Formats: sequence, C-alpha cells, structure tokens
Amino acid sequence: MTISFTVNGEERSVDVDPDTPLLWVLRDELRLTGTKFGCGIAQCGACTVHLDGSPRRSCVTPVSMVEGSDITTIEGLSGPEAEAVQAAWRAIDVPQCGYCQSGQVMSATALLQQVSSPSDEDIDNAMAGNICRCATYVRIRQAIHDAARTLEG
Amino acid sequence: MNIHTNRRAFLSGLIVAVALPGLARAQQKSGAAAFFNELPEGSGELSANAFIRIAPDNTVTVLIKHIEFGQGPYTGLTTLVAEEMDADWSQMRAAAAPADVEKYANLAFGMQGTGGSTAMANSFMQMRKAGAGARAMLIAAAAERFGVPADQITIDKGIVSAGGQSATFGELAEAAAQQTAPEDPPVKDPAQFRLIGTDLPKVDSSAKTDGSAQFTLDVYRDGMLTAVVAHPPKFGAKAASFDDSAALQVAGVQKVAQVPTGVAVYADNTYAALKGRDALEIEWDEAEAETRSSDAMIEEWTAAAKAGGKWEITKSGDVEAALEGAEVVEATYVFPYLAHTPMEPLDAVVELRDGEAEVWMGSQMQTGDQGTIAKILGVENVRLHTMLAGGSFGRRATPDSHFAAEAAEVAKANGKGAVKLMWTREDDVQGGYYRPLTVHHMRAALDDQGGIKAWDHGIATQSVIMGTPFEAMLQGGPDSTAFEGANELHYAMANHRLRWAQMESPVPTLWWRSVGHTHTGFAVECFIDELLEKAGKDPIEGRLALMGEDHPRERAVLQRVAEMADQSGDYGYGVAVVKSFGSYVAQIAEIEDRGGIPHVRRVWCAVDCGLAVNPNVVRAQMEGGIGYGLSAALYSEVTLDEGGLIRQRNWDSYRILRLPEMPAIEVAIIASAEAPTGVGEPGTPPIAPAIANAWRRMTGNAYRRLPIIPVA
Repeated sequence: MTISFTVNGEERSVDVDPDTPLLWVLRDELRLTGTKFGCGIAQCGACTVHLDGSPRRSCVTPVSMVEGSDITTIEGLSGPEAEAVQAAWRAIDVPQCGYCQSGQVMSATALLQQVSSPSDEDIDNAMAGNICRCATYVRIRQAIHDAARTLEG
Repeated sequence: MNIHTNRRAFLSGLIVAVALPGLARAQQKSGAAAFFNELPEGSGELSANAFIRIAPDNTVTVLIKHIEFGQGPYTGLTTLVAEEMDADWSQMRAAAAPADVEKYANLAFGMQGTGGSTAMANSFMQMRKAGAGARAMLIAAAAERFGVPADQITIDKGIVSAGGQSATFGELAEAAAQQTAPEDPPVKDPAQFRLIGTDLPKVDSSAKTDGSAQFTLDVYRDGMLTAVVAHPPKFGAKAASFDDSAALQVAGVQKVAQVPTGVAVYADNTYAALKGRDALEIEWDEAEAETRSSDAMIEEWTAAAKAGGKWEITKSGDVEAALEGAEVVEATYVFPYLAHTPMEPLDAVVELRDGEAEVWMGSQMQTGDQGTIAKILGVENVRLHTMLAGGSFGRRATPDSHFAAEAAEVAKANGKGAVKLMWTREDDVQGGYYRPLTVHHMRAALDDQGGIKAWDHGIATQSVIMGTPFEAMLQGGPDSTAFEGANELHYAMANHRLRWAQMESPVPTLWWRSVGHTHTGFAVECFIDELLEKAGKDPIEGRLALMGEDHPRERAVLQRVAEMADQSGDYGYGVAVVKSFGSYVAQIAEIEDRGGIPHVRRVWCAVDCGLAVNPNVVRAQMEGGIGYGLSAALYSEVTLDEGGLIRQRNWDSYRILRLPEMPAIEVAIIASAEAPTGVGEPGTPPIAPAIANAWRRMTGNAYRRLPIIPVA
C-alpha cells in the first residue's frame, strides 16, 4: 500500500505494510536515523517526532495514520525554538550517551513552541514521557530554562 | 583465537604513529597481573601505539580505545592528548579506535575493553605519552623547516613557532610523520596543565543534539536483513521444535532459522521481522529451566546468607565469641535482579564475506567479542567497529560475549551478506544478564562506648565471573565482585567476619553499574547508620569517629558533603559514603514523605576521584550515577513468578526514574593531585542508602528490601 506524507518539507511516498509504525518507515525506508527505537510502546519518547506540529511517539503511530500529514524529525528541526534548545543543549553538555536526546530535543522544542516561558511544572508535564537512562534530567531542565531565556532575548 | 584486523585501513591517510613499546609493555604487564592475568596477552610484537592522526586540514583526531556510551572517554582522553601537544581544543576530534588488542588493550585488563571505571585511570599516562610523542615529532619537523634548534621552538594553541616563523600542526604533519618517534617522551608537570582540569566542551555533544551521531542501530548495509530472535520464556529453556509456516507468510520475512539461543527471523525490514517473530509457534524444552520464583529464591538466599556459605572472605578477631551474650542487632537486606536497560537495546551488524567479517557493534569487550565472532564464523579476519552505544551500565561488557555470539550465529545461519540483529526492549528486560538477586544478613553488637564490638556479615548471591572465560583470573579464589565493598570497611570494628554463599541459578548475571557496591554499599551504610542511631550518635560525627585517622579521603568527602548540605528544612536527611573503583563519594539526600513514599528533593554529593580531568564530566557522571541509583532504589526489579516466568516486560513494568522525579543535585569535587580514578560507577552506590537512612531517621521505618516502591 502506498502512503504519502511530507517529511522535513519533502513529499515522500512509501509502499509498505500499512500497520508499520512510522518509526520504522522513517528509519528503514527513509534512512532518517536520528529518530530512535527505545521501547516500541510509547514509554520512553526516543522516537518522538512532530506530527502536524505536535510531538508524537512514532513507534506507536501506524504509517497509515499519517497519510497527508506533515512530519518533522530531528534532521529537519528548525526555527527559533529548536535553535535555542539545541544551543542550550550544547552549551551545558546535556547529552551523555546521546541516544535519547533526539526525542528530548523534539519534546523540549514542542514545549517551547507552546509555552514560551515554561515553569518547572510545565517542564515536568512535557518531559515526563521522555526517559533518559543516563539521567541527564537535571541538565535537560536547566537547558529548557536557558533556551526560554534566550528566546525572550 | 587468532585475530587479525585490517591495519591498512587505519594506516591510510596521514598518521603520526607514536611508538611507546617500553611503556606499553611495562604497564601492560603490571596491569595484566592485577586483573585479567590469565587471559592471552598480545602477540608479543613491539607494535606501535597509533593514537593520534593529524590531518592536513589541521584537525587532530585521537583514536579512543574505550567505548563511548556517555561516561566521557572521547572528551577525557582527547583532553590528555591535546594537553601534551598544546593543541587548540577546537582542532581536536575523537574517533573509535579499531578493535586490536596489540595496540589498544586496556592496560588494567591486558585485553581491549572498558569496565570498572578504568578508562581514564589506565589511559592517563599512555595518552599523555602519546600526545607528548606527537609533540616531539612536530617540533623535530618544525626545527628542520625553520632551521632552528628544537629547544627554541614553542607550541601554543596548535601553533608551532620560533622567532618569526610559525606553522600549524596540519602543515607539519607530513614532515612530522617522517620523524623518529621518541621512546619515552617527557610529559608535562601538572602545574603546567592548561586544559586538564578545565570544563572543556565535550567533543560529542553536538552530534548527540542534532541526531547525527551514529549508533549501531543506525548502520544500514546494502542488502542487509534485519533479524530478531525468539528467546525462551524461561531461563535455561531451549527451543525443542518450531513451526515457521505463519511467520514465512509475513510479507518481507525472508528466512527463519534455529540458532543456539532461540529461533531467528530474518526480514527486509524491522517491522516484518517483529511481525514474523510474533507469528512463530515454538515448543520450548523447559527441562533445565529455572522454575523457582523470586520469592522462593529470596527465601533460599536468606537461609544461605544466615548460614554464611563456604567462602570466608574476612576474618578478624572472633565474631562468634564477641556476639555471645551481647545485645545483637540483626538486619536482612534483600535486593532483586536488575536489568540495565540501556536506551539502545543490544544490537549488532555482521557482514560476512569470503574469509572475513566486518562487524558494527557497541562492544565493551572488544577482544572477547572479536575472538568469539571469529571462532563462530570460522574466519580469521574480523574487523570490529566499536560504535557509539546508547548506554550500557555494564550490559555490553559480557565475559561470555553472549550477544556477539548470537549475532555471529545469526549471521552464520544466513550465510554471506549483512544482518542486523536487534533486541527489543522486551528481549532486554527479559533477557537476563541481571545484577544478581542478593540477600545480606548482618549481625552486630556495640561496645560500651558505642563502638562496634562485632560485625558479622553473610552475603548470598550468584557469581558473575565463575563459569565464564574470565573465571581463570580468579585463580581458584572467590569472585570478589560478589562482595566488594563489604570486605574492607572504612569503619573500625574489633571483630569482623564476612562470608559469601555462592548461589546457583540458570538466570545469567552480570555487573551492573558499580557491581557489588550496588548492594554492599546499601547494606553496610544502612546497617552502620542503624547502629549509630542505636548508640545515640550523629550520622556524620559517628562515621568520622569510626573512620579514625586511617581513611583521610573518606573523611574528606564526608566532611565536605556535610558542609555543603543544607539540612535545615522540615524534611528527612540521610547520608552514605562509599568508596568504589578507587573513588570516594559521599552523598546526603533530602527527602519528603509524599503519602508514605519518599520523594527525593535534593542531593548533595562530594567526590574525590583524584585529579578531575574534566570537572564538568565528573559532575555529569555524579548526577547520572545518582539518577541511575535512584531508579533502582525506588522502582526497578525483575521478578520471576512461580514457574519461572518473568513478570516485567518493558519500561511500563520495569519502571525507571523520569524527569519529574529527579532531585536537584549539587556536586563538589575534592581538589586532588592524585592520579585520576573512575567516575562512571562511583556516583551510584551511596544514593540508595542515603535515602533509606533519611526515611528511617524521619519515620522510624527501615527499608530493607529494594525497590522501595514495587511496581508490578
């Protein structure tokens, strides 16, 4: 079955089993490997992408559901919030192993797109679904606050 | 075992090969004796240690012999080289060294591998010498070019100059490569360090922020198949027969084959492989399977811990006589099996060609993994690429190379071509190689002054090492990873006995971030805290008194953390101090009672790891170590039900710490001129006892079984 959607601004069509999770289409078919597999059941957030502007766990999103949608992966992430988040991430060396960080950056960027100056509680709510087994959480929280301050200018 | 890697590939381009035969031999010999002394050493040839590559574009790439999975060797080892070369940090790069035991052995192991928080400790002089050697060659080349004596040349931030002349490393690289590498180049006096000891930005943060960092899962080869293996539902079971007719009907599934560890499904893509595996019908032979429940094992382990077991590890004085007639304090501590659950599940790509294989894998024990793959595939030449790994915490350091073996078996059953083997999270949580289920039984009596008159400690746990190829290094002795941290205590006690009961089970076990200290640190630090409370002593002052003057570094971290901690809130406070892997860590936790459950608000941490090469990385490892320890203290356990089925499957039931549960953390690093020790593991052990002590002092209830909040 052929399914068409936009990824990082490009029209893409794939001919796959419609049940295939978007995650495996992105990785195996489109070779966008920045989006990671961690659990397969929407527990860890390593596979987070933006689907029509909102964060979405691609591991539990059948590709048939994204027909006609607009998808952004870490490779195509752009805009002031994304730049502020990634700059803040680098400035305080958030990543350790780095494997979950694509998903963290996607969730954090989506948060700042919704809430320009998030409280600790906003961060808790937005980021609770993203596991970091290295427990870089202290720095994730700080980097989000730093990015928000950058955006305020 | 005969390992030949393709050296030519790594000699292409411009390489300044730094030969350090004398140093490498001497260190390897002494280091090997200390640890993996029975494992085969290198071929004995005096080979060059090639760690540094200088490119015409003026980048300096340091080949890192240790796997990078977040603990920081890419940055730390690169710093050592940059320091001795007087390079500019912006020109430095890090890349994985090939798997080659002759050049890249861990000097503490005598084989290539990472573990025991040894990456910095064993590399400290080696990488500095490598950098100093490269520097000497650059200076010799510059002396020729400039026509001045070498002693008139200086290097500052990557610029080599004398008088009015200057050149970059890149410009000198080709001429430098023609110079003779010095035998034993002098290294800097630490007083001259400009980079070591500073918070240099990590070399890998950028690629780990934009999704471009390449992990094993990201390797795609032409024509590659993806494989998953159906593993038995119980430990020790085997596939007796299987029906693959439905699996082969799944679009994209190419093949099904039995391998020693289960039944492999090969497909064109990951989803088809997973769907195919779900469609398999397998009969399992459970004759040899573990069928005891965790509860039954805990009962058995507890009895064994009380009885003491056959290994008497520590014996000073006469514990039995000292306890006779005394008021005896007793405690039993129970620790579950724990999975490591690194973010990236185990995976490997094996490409089998004529007489050789190429492997991409987050290998933590390259020498063993490479040899295992070569043996199974029957090829001499195995090129192993050590990939960035999405965490490990010990999971990828397997004495039996079981995952490399499964990847090789899966490749072998497929024949020529490339296969990616991937474990799912369920494979990971249910796949064994756990921190062993462990029970401690402790008895103690106080003397009239509140000192410890007698301390009797029994530990029941499986051995991680016995029964594996690493057993030879024990030379018939006990497996110290079962009781490390309980045998030599930093507290004075008149009579001390430690015994280990070695337990057996088909459940495979493995070292888990900080190994034995994960449970001995808890048992010792909780029990001592209870004894101090019973004696009416302050937890800090009481510990300091028991330490006496013999443990200055333990004292220093404890005193420092006590100074840092603000214990004035209306909360519970608890302390613990654990030395592990040569580093000393003390932590104080501030906890709040949230409906009968501890919520950890803040943690103060003082660490002495010798010279802190990159203090920011040290702080990050303390933060991460605390978070990792918190998961286990609060939530994580793998339990076997009656019959031996594993209760947990994924992170829904094997719960780990999430961002809202992470405390604020303040880390202080003790200034030290001692050689650097490790930081990957030592941050983990103190947090669980610090929380438990805080809770007990606040509520009167002692947690003696982990996790504190069972989930499933």
